Amino acid sequence: MSAPAGTTRRFRIFRFKRGDDGHRYDEFDVPVHERTTVLEALRWVQLRKDPTLALRHSCFHASCGTCGVRVNGREGLGCVTALADVSGDTVTVEPIANLPVLNDLVADMAPFVDRFPAPHPNVRESEFLPQADTPDDVEGYGRFEDCIECGLCLSACPVAATDDTYVGPAALAYAQRMLEEARGTDREAILDWADSEAGAWRCHASFECTEACPSNVRPAQRIMALRKELGSRKKVSS
Amino acid sequence: MSVRRGADPGLDEIRKGREEAGPVPRKGVGPVAWFDIRRRGLGHFAFSLNRITGLGLVFYLYLHLAVLSTLLRGEDAWDSFLGVATSKFFLLLDVLLIFGLLAHGLNGLRLALVGSGRAVDQQKALYRSIQVIGTILLLGAALRLMGSE
Repeated sequence: MSAPAGTTRRFRIFRFKRGDDGHRYDEFDVPVHERTTVLEALRWVQLRKDPTLALRHSCFHASCGTCGVRVNGREGLGCVTALADVSGDTVTVEPIANLPVLNDLVADMAPFVDRFPAPHPNVRESEFLPQADTPDDVEGYGRFEDCIECGLCLSACPVAATDDTYVGPAALAYAQRMLEEARGTDREAILDWADSEAGAWRCHASFECTEACPSNVRPAQRIMALRKELGSRKKVSS
Repeated sequence: MSVRRGADPGLDEIRKGREEAGPVPRKGVGPVAWFDIRRRGLGHFAFSLNRITGLGLVFYLYLHLAVLSTLLRGEDAWDSFLGVATSKFFLLLDVLLIFGLLAHGLNGLRLALVGSGRAVDQQKALYRSIQVIGTILLLGAALRLMGSE
């Protein structure tokens, strides 16, 4: 769908401020062109219509992971979600699900970060350096550090919708990444952490995390790999 | 070794402040998220159907026990139930039951495979395959059941 000059789209935006009895939706007509993104439209609303609208963003190019929202019920990064790809007359924008909402479209990411095992590797050796050859126990570098901690996977997970204790896709994918390239990390401790009711076994394999992930981390596939490893460990110990 | 991220004093202060500012709503809570398949992928459809058929099969289990208890009321009670059980409507319910068994059981096999780290990247193709196999089995069972009326 291309939008000719002068086209507007109706936005229905989730609103909540601390102290409010509940949330509401405000509607705005936003002028758009064929390449307008959801984030640009939200910024237009903030600058031209309602400066109290709270949203998070930083880089505008899908690398910071801060502008994750739900657009018409589907998770996405606002900065790379083109309105031309969003069907329907009205574009409903909500904060990501399964986390507390602090202010309008701003979710509290602390419970998301708290789920991660520690320590976790944020930096990997570059495959472009000759001295960074793949170790014997690593098939290949799967760029897990592509995870931008946007929380979209947790938002899309149906299990997390009903279970606050579930550590969630991102944290489990991190754990699997650590096993893949341990760099001195205590592998058994990581496996113990994942081998729990709230860990890898809580996943019900809906693969929505992988569908939602904007960075191709493929959390569901990593959770399954983690389970395979846990299964092998049980077989060995028994 | 602790595998939980260590508490950051700065973050703790922020969290305390947030808690003092009052409760916050949490989007997407509840089993509704299990069944809302709009704009979701095939995996979510499979997940939802597994939940629905699982609940249906649990219901059937208790219904089955209740039906069997008519035996305690004697031969006449059982014969009268059989009259109902062979009606077209009841046979259609049997077809629905078989659908639930196939959908749940075949998807269970897929989940057992995928969940143990096998054929993970083929999980969508696996689901399509079990849909085809399930449909063939269901059609066969339905024809046999309705033909036995």
